[in-house]
This record gives sequence, structure tokens and C-alpha cells, in this order.
Amino acid sequence: MDLITPEYGLFVWQVVVMIILIVLLTKFAWKPVMKAVGEREASINDALASAEKAKEEMANLKADNEKMLQQARTERDEMLKEAQQMKKNIMAEATEDANQKAEQILEKAQAAIQNEKKTALAEIKSQVAELSVQIAETVVKKQLDDKKEQMDLVNKMLDDVKLN
Amino acid sequence: MATHKSSKITVAFMLMLVLNSFSSFAQLDTEEVIDESFNPTEMIMHHIGDSHEWHFFGEGEDSFTLPLPVILWTDKGMVSFMSSEFHHDTEGEHIVEANGQKFVNYHGKIYVLNEGESELDYNEEAHAALNADHPFDISITKNVASMLLTSVLMFILFMGLAKHYKKSKKAPKGFKNILETLVIFVRDEIAKPQIGEKKYMKFMPFLLTVFFFIWIANLMGLLPGAANLTGNISVTVALGLFTLALILMNGNKDYWQHVFWMPGIPTPVKPILAIVEILGVFIKPIALMIRLFANITAGHIIILSLIGLIFILETAGVAAISVPFALFITVLELLVAFLQAFIFTLLSALFIGMAVQEHEHH
Repeated sequence: MDLITPEYGLFVWQVVVMIILIVLLTKFAWKPVMKAVGEREASINDALASAEKAKEEMANLKADNEKMLQQARTERDEMLKEAQQMKKNIMAEATEDANQKAEQILEKAQAAIQNEKKTALAEIKSQVAELSVQIAETVVKKQLDDKKEQMDLVNKMLDDVKLN
Repeated sequence: MATHKSSKITVAFMLMLVLNSFSSFAQLDTEEVIDESFNPTEMIMHHIGDSHEWHFFGEGEDSFTLPLPVILWTDKGMVSFMSSEFHHDTEGEHIVEANGQKFVNYHGKIYVLNEGESELDYNEEAHAALNADHPFDISITKNVASMLLTSVLMFILFMGLAKHYKKSKKAPKGFKNILETLVIFVRDEIAKPQIGEKKYMKFMPFLLTVFFFIWIANLMGLLPGAANLTGNISVTVALGLFTLALILMNGNKDYWQHVFWMPGIPTPVKPILAIVEILGVFIKPIALMIRLFANITAGHIIILSLIGLIFILETAGVAAISVPFALFITVLELLVAFLQAFIFTLLSALFIGMAVQEHEHH
């Protein structure tokens, strides 16, 4: 019967030791251990969450970059197109302008030529007239009997005119 | 490295088991020489019971025994002397005089002789001393010493673990990591599922203390020459009462309503169920006490019986069968040591969880 009869002394010791154990271990072991384990778990969870977040951000950033790159590409294409268009326009304009100017110059030149021509003709006319008069005068003055000499003289004078 | 370490541990365990068997041999051997007739019941009871001295091996005056202090609360106040003053006498023959009183040790129990008596008169039929009192005995017995040793070991282990976190936030390595894993095991596998996320923190100190106390005490009990601490009914009663006290202190309104006046059943049945439920409140921790006591004591009895067979049959040949068997049971006991600590803690948590549970009202 000794086996299943509790001994008061041992029982009292067990209760006292157990209370001391619970109190002291709670203060010096369980609390710091539980706290540290809890904190470590929290920090691991935080780290995992932030890693996940960083991954997401990275993906977002990548997508953004891709988008920006795409945008830049289209912009560049547009700019190139525009530049080409502008070049074409400028060239066309310049050609037109040049043409116009050339035409104008031509017109002016032609006008000037016409004027010069007119003036020259007029001068020629007056010179011819003068020469004719001079020739006639000389012919008349000399009153050459020889017909041949007269002809030579006329030719000579004409040659002189030509040389002029 | 890890396998190397584990193999070392395995070797240590095997050595311990072999030593265990040998120490049993040694004790039995000498006992047989002294009182020719071998009494297995006495031998087993001696091994699983408590005693005032810590006996390792040998017999009588030649034995290797650690004397422990005897502390008695008598009518004339506190009396204290070392157990070695009895000179290993447990038959009530050697009288120790202290504080003007005469003390004898009869079968492990200490009696104070009445005034004027010089010899213990013990009635075997009535199981009582006729001319002596059994004073309130708060001696440091073998079990108490073992309990204190377990406590000191727990302090060393867990304060060491706590100290680690002061130095670094990282998980500890080696043995401390095992301890930490077990702490987390108690939290995640026992406290949280049974008590619930909200309230488990309050009961963690008790659950952790009781789990590690039982586990370490169980393992220490398997060492050669060690006390059978967790297989002692006084110890398990004390542990069970802690669980009961926690249930009684923390039971909420819902819990008591379910005990005394179960809702949702016909009124005439309610008083009947109340009786059952009230009994249940006490039977739960009693079951805890008996389960731990019986499991641990049974393990010790089986091992001792197997070894005892050799001496009952008086042939060394039986050792070929009974020693491997005892070895097998001892290895099994290593598992039982953990299992019983786990079950005690789990059921404590379960009962506490039932008492603090918030019922959903429909």
C-alpha cells in the first residue's frame, strides 16, 4: 500500500519546488525565451513580407521601365518621323523658294536683257543712222569719180562698223 | 559532424543502459548474499520506493550510500540530523537521539518513540507503531534530492538558453537548439491548439515547467541508481493538483454553467448530468496523476522483474534472454519518458482549454 499512499513530506516538497520552479523559470527563462522566439518569428515574417514586397516593387519597376522604354521608343520613332517630315517640308519649301527665286531672277534677267536689247537696238539704230549719215557725208564729200573706189570705201567703212 | 555527434550520443545511451543493468545486478547480488532467500517484491519495492538515503550499491556498512538530511516536524519543534546516523538500519533497531527525542527508521518510515520507551513496538497486523508517533516528515529523501537535482538541471539548461538570446537574436546551435525546438513544440503543438491563440500565453509558464520537469525527471529515473521520482504518487498528485488549481481558478462562467446546469438538454436530466460533470472536474486531474505514476512505475517494475528473473530461477543463463529484454524495455522507456511528459502537458492544456473556452451562443 505504500506505493499508492501519498507521503505528505514529498508532496509538500513537490508543491514548493514546483512553485519556485514556475516563478523563477518564468522570470529568468520562459519570458526571455518566449520573447526572443516570438521576436525572431516576427522578424522572419517581416523579412519575408518585405522580400515579397521588394519582389513586387522590382516587378513593378521592371514593368515601369519597360513601359518607359516603349514610350521612349515610340517617342523616338515619332520624333524621327516628324524630323523626316520636317526635312521633307523644308526641302520642298526650299526647292520651291529656290525655284521661285530662280524664276524671279530669270524674269528679272530676261527683263534686263530685253531692256539692254532694246537699248542696244536703239543705240545700234542711232549708230547705224549716224554711220549712214557719216558714210553718206564722206561719200558726198569726196565725191569720188571712181565707182570702184567708192565701193571699197563703203566696204571699208562697214568693216570699221563691224569692228566697233 | 551531426552524424558523428548523434553516434556519440547513441554510444552514451547504450553505455548507460548497460550500466543500468549492471548496477541492478550488483545490488541483487549483494542482497542475495545477505539474506539468502531472494524476495523479488521487496527488491522491486525498494527500487521504486522512496528512502532517506541515496543508495547506489553495496550493502550495510560497506555500501556506497549518499546520506541525506532527515528533517522532522515533531511536537517539540523541528528536528534535523543526517540519515547516516541510522547506520543503514531500516528495521527500527538503531535509535537516534536528537533534541531529547528517540527516533527509529522502520521500513523507510521514521518514528519518534514515546517518552520512556527504548524500543519500537510495531504491530504488523495493524500496520501501526504501538508506542511511537509518525512525525510530519519533510526530509530531503532520495526523491526530494532527485527533484532538487532536476530543478537545478532545469535552471542550468534554460537560463543558459535565455542567456543566449541576450547575446544574439539568431537561433541557438547544438543542444540549445533542441531545447528551443521543444519550447516551440510545447507552444505550437500543445498550448496553442488546446487553449487557443488568445489565452495560451498565460499558461505557458506552467505547461513548459511541467513538461520539462516530467521529461527530465523521467530520463533521470532511467539512470542507474536514480530515484523513481515521476513514478511516485505524491509527486504526481502534486502535479495533478496544479492542473486542477489552474482549472478551478481560470474556469469561466460558461464552463461552470456547463458543469452545474448544462444548457440545451431537458431539465430533469440536468441534475444527473451535473453530478457527472462535477465528478469529471476532479476525475480529470486524478486520471493525470494515476497515468503518469502508473506508466513510469510500471516501466521500472518490468525492467526490475526481468532482471529479477535471473535470481528467481537462480541460473545465469536466463540473463541471455532477460538482459536483452530489459535493454529493449529501457529503450522503450526513453520513448515513454517523452511521451508521458507530452501526454501530461497535452491533457493539462486540454482541460485548461476547456475551462477557459469561449462558447459561441446560438
